[in-house]
Amino acid sequence: MERHLDQELTDLKQQLLKMGTLVEAAIFESMESLKELSIERVNKIISEDRVIDEMENAIDEQCLDLLALRQPMAIDLRFITMSMKISTDLERIADLAVDIVQRVQDLVGKPLLKPLIDIPKLTKLAQQMTKDALDAFVNKDAELAGSVILRDNEADKLRNLVQKELVNDYMSKDSSTASRAVPLLLIARHLERICDHATNISEDVIYMINADVVKHHPEKLK
Amino acid sequence: MDNETKIKSENVDFFYGKTQALKNINLDIYKNQVTAIIGPSGCGKSTFIRLLNRMNELVPNTVLSGKISLDGLDIFDSSVDPVDIRRQVGMVFQKPNPFPKSIFDNISYGLKVNGIKDRSFIEERVEWSLKKAALWPEVKDRLHDSALKLSGGQQQRLCIARSLAVESKVILFDEPCASLDPISTAKIEELITELKKEYTIVIVTHNMQQAARVSDYTAFFLMGELIEFGKTQDIFTKPKDSKTEAYITGRFG
Repeated sequence: MERHLDQELTDLKQQLLKMGTLVEAAIFESMESLKELSIERVNKIISEDRVIDEMENAIDEQCLDLLALRQPMAIDLRFITMSMKISTDLERIADLAVDIVQRVQDLVGKPLLKPLIDIPKLTKLAQQMTKDALDAFVNKDAELAGSVILRDNEADKLRNLVQKELVNDYMSKDSSTASRAVPLLLIARHLERICDHATNISEDVIYMINADVVKHHPEKLK
Repeated sequence: MDNETKIKSENVDFFYGKTQALKNINLDIYKNQVTAIIGPSGCGKSTFIRLLNRMNELVPNTVLSGKISLDGLDIFDSSVDPVDIRRQVGMVFQKPNPFPKSIFDNISYGLKVNGIKDRSFIEERVEWSLKKAALWPEVKDRLHDSALKLSGGQQQRLCIARSLAVESKVILFDEPCASLDPISTAKIEELITELKKEYTIVIVTHNMQQAARVSDYTAFFLMGELIEFGKTQDIFTKPKDSKTEAYITGRFG
């Protein structure tokens, strides 16, 4: 039986996907600005971030209305409540893209401390995990969502590698490198946090699909 | 926490003539819990609840097989007095049905029919049961007024008080709020939540939100079968059976 609610749920999904597309674009822009070591894109990223913030508010309101007026149950209830959480994680990812470009601002005009090896790996991972989390949401793909969660360890390892190298090989040997090392360290941190949010989204997608609680229990996926 | 079973249905089949209304029902009603029975019209939920206090026997040409036990004893055993079962397992119907008597006599009637003559005991019990049914403050100064002058919600609470007075330990509600306004409905639901501390309650309702608000366990019936039974929060957030999910999400009526 076709329900009025079905159209409303489709609208909600569309809004989330729109938000997801903007967030993926924000990550891309911040990565390009890191690659180019330029801040030309910074204004664009900041103004897009405001749009994303408003979308989070709008989605929250949409979800609250659905809860109050439609008294959804089961899969519909899980979809709506998880949508609220997913929009929060997406908004945080967009904030982190802004943070990254602000760290790039600190690096502009200075020679790179070292060739970037692990940070590009981490950027690629962050982009891919976010994309896969959103694809899992669109396609109700619990397996894909699970694969995102299992990649989070890799992000942690890469961040730790960057941290170790910058601290041990540069800052502790020559404190004057700090002004160039710290922004890189923070960028790695921001990227790892993007991966965390992509993981959160994936956990919520799994719960939405089949009510399995894997949040804080990645061992359930192995 | 392990639940104690108050009423147990085992392999229950029920027929109106040749039509099978209930098919192989196995269901435990837990003591001091509220069990909601939901399902579309004609699914057998009212038929089922009426078995629990042998009301089915008032309908001619019906056949029951299987077993229904109250505290472990078969309620249909030949040694069991059906009137006694109906005293222990009270019923509140969709349309409030106070006797055409005073408020006081509505309650005292059941006591007198059970052989109680002591006036002061009766008065105490009337007051006690009206208090338990959250009706006392509204009627204490007019106990000898006709019960028919009460509002729908008050009449329904009077019917509940009647069951409490004769020490029913189980109260069956068959869509008790269907004819009540939202405020009266809320009062009955509050009362049900309060009563379950001492009584076992089964409520048939077509209002899923009511089942979600008021019950601890929910049983979903469809075409005479018990499709799924579980804790209410599980049934309404993650039902196991796709038919249950389709019903509670309104994908079929």
